[in-house]
Amino acid sequence: MSATTDDLPQPIAHRSERARERAIRKAENASLSDTKRRLSSTGATIAAVVIAVIWTVPTFGLFITSFRQPADINTSGWWTFLSNPDLTLSNYTNTLQFTDTITVAQSFVNSLVIVIPATIFPIALALLAAYAFAWVNFRGKNILFIAVFSLQVVPIQVALVPLLSLFSNGVTIGNWAVFPGLNLNGVEGSFARIWIAHTIFALPLAIFLLHNFIAALPNDIMEAARIDGASHGQTFFRIVLPLARPAIASFAILQFLWVWNDLLVATIFTSGSNFPITKLLTDLAGTYGQTWYLLSAGTFLAIIVPLIVFFALQRYFVRGLLAGATKG
Amino acid sequence: MTSHSVFNRRRILTAIAITGAGALALAGCTTANPSSSSGGTGSNTVTIYGPDTGTEATELSASWDTWAKDNGITINYTGDGNFTSNIATKIQGNDLPDIGMFPQPGLLAAAIGTGKVVKVSSDTENNVKNNFSSDWQGYVTSNGDMYGTPLDASVKGYIWYTPADFQKWGLTVPASYSDLVSDIGKVQATTGAAPFCAGFNSGTSSGWPGADFLAELVLSSAGADTYDAWVKGDTKFTDPAIDQAFTLLGQILQNPQYVNAGFGDVPSINSTAFADVAAKIADGSCAMTNQATFLEANFSTTKTAAGATPKVGSTGDVWAFPLPPVSSGKSAVVGGGDFAAAFNSNDATQKVMAYLSSADWANSLITVQNASFISANKGVDATKETDPLLQSAIKTLQSPDTVFRFGADDAMPTVVENAFWKGIVDWTNGMPQAQAEAEIQAAWANAG
Repeated sequence: MSATTDDLPQPIAHRSERARERAIRKAENASLSDTKRRLSSTGATIAAVVIAVIWTVPTFGLFITSFRQPADINTSGWWTFLSNPDLTLSNYTNTLQFTDTITVAQSFVNSLVIVIPATIFPIALALLAAYAFAWVNFRGKNILFIAVFSLQVVPIQVALVPLLSLFSNGVTIGNWAVFPGLNLNGVEGSFARIWIAHTIFALPLAIFLLHNFIAALPNDIMEAARIDGASHGQTFFRIVLPLARPAIASFAILQFLWVWNDLLVATIFTSGSNFPITKLLTDLAGTYGQTWYLLSAGTFLAIIVPLIVFFALQRYFVRGLLAGATKG
Repeated sequence: MTSHSVFNRRRILTAIAITGAGALALAGCTTANPSSSSGGTGSNTVTIYGPDTGTEATELSASWDTWAKDNGITINYTGDGNFTSNIATKIQGNDLPDIGMFPQPGLLAAAIGTGKVVKVSSDTENNVKNNFSSDWQGYVTSNGDMYGTPLDASVKGYIWYTPADFQKWGLTVPASYSDLVSDIGKVQATTGAAPFCAGFNSGTSSGWPGADFLAELVLSSAGADTYDAWVKGDTKFTDPAIDQAFTLLGQILQNPQYVNAGFGDVPSINSTAFADVAAKIADGSCAMTNQATFLEANFSTTKTAAGATPKVGSTGDVWAFPLPPVSSGKSAVVGGGDFAAAFNSNDATQKVMAYLSSADWANSLITVQNASFISANKGVDATKETDPLLQSAIKTLQSPDTVFRFGADDAMPTVVENAFWKGIVDWTNGMPQAQAEAEIQAAWANAG
């Protein structure tokens, strides 16, 4: 009796539920295609093109400026080249020959020497930490993760002096030297301090981003690996690493651009012959600003590498921006 | 299971070994260059950290290269445009160069206050006492002890102009400040356009050209004693003596008919980069501006109205005369300069310090080709300087009748200096004179 009364309405309920789901899906599709239609309409396209043009004009102006005669740069705006095109490569040759302890070309190499390890180190360390936070159970895990996460709010400027002091003085508690200091003050040719500094500053965000990505990997895969007898090391190298590639690539772009564009950390933690290209760019204008017209050419020389990196890894970039954004 | 844990343990050991090898590799960098106990680098290498970059850095290196080679010392110069802010970080972090080149006496005094700067050797002290006037010696002396040596110098307060235009308008070099103001009025009446131009924009230091101009007027109108009291904070910005200098400065810089030639109205002074006035002087759209000797470097990339690169000289396209005095008397000069101070007493460091304080180095510096450097060192042979403007500046510095004072802003504590610059910018933007003075004076409360 009860079975029949209970059984009877169920298919109806199922049906109505299904109908509702269908309706929702339909509505979703409708709104999706609506958004799609609106975004690809003529008006939207024109607006996008206008925004893109306005956005690009200053860069374009800078580009034109880099080919103008120094005296023209000093006296008139870049748009005057339309009526009076008098272009030269001298800004580029002068920039390349510019010497300030080292040449611009040497600083370009320095930048690469700084930026490649300073990208690889934090990613390597953060991957291991992220895996541990996501898939290894140990006591105090959450507190530790929150601690690492909250380190993101510490501004670099606050950490400069203590870190510099750690490098030069070390740490001594009583008579016991916990860390003897690196003794690298003014040593030419050593990049150790800036590598360590950039790695330290990058780790909190790197661990956070990679953790959120790795934690979102399906539990089934991890369980399957564990049942097949994979250790944590094997799971990490054979499953997590290949799957986390988009997140690694996107963080690599961020870190690469940040280190490449960095001036503050570089001026504090390197000296003389180790300066990266950003330091040379600030010096291009000269002590009294008399050669500021070289800056536009210098800027374009300096953005070549970031552009290559960006275009090479671009397809990961948008995907990677969402890494960590969807995990609650 | 046992095989597994053994395998795991081996993995962990490998990881530890790799980490250890990495640490050793980093440590390897350190052992390659053993540093001395006092924090400096190896015995024959001396690092100098200073604010001059680019061309000026190359010229500095050229000035000591020969001597360093002869004495078997390697001098590594590191230039940093942000020296004034970064040196504090380096001192606090104990990451010290062997020698620092301080562009402001106030900054040097602050460094001496940290106790990290060592006293000069007797050789250096004798050199400084023999080669520099007491005005200059005072900047490197603290509580009776000498901590550094003056290096190069610059003379501020030159009025740059075009000699040919002055001839056309029937003007000669004015003898007093009031003559200068009336000359500007005459040019304005003739051309109908603003004759004077100025640019205060200089990034985070915006306002300094105005502060220098004001300092020149204070020194010239109120005298050296009031100037010194003002720099120390004993004479307030609201004092009648300083107020009078503001008023004198306003006769030119606050008159919308007199400024800002080639750029716009009075507030456009703030948006004009200080070096950009050179282009307007060169092409004749601005008749006069007040700037230091180093403005000369900016003319090489400008064009005259005829399209040629301007020649600097009394018969050339552009030339300069010292700012005429407000009241007659001893010629008073406001200038700038760099000071070297050592952070350790290594032999090589002290040898370099002694050399930098010597007349040999000063002569070597001014004879570096195309160098814009001059020095207040009395041992400098002015005839070796080929540039006529710099030669006259050296003679001014060396003359026993010259009262030399450092730019007031650079000699004041940093908080006051920043407030001074900001006050000048606000005043140019239209803030009433009394309010601007009070605003700057208020910063002394934070000067510690």
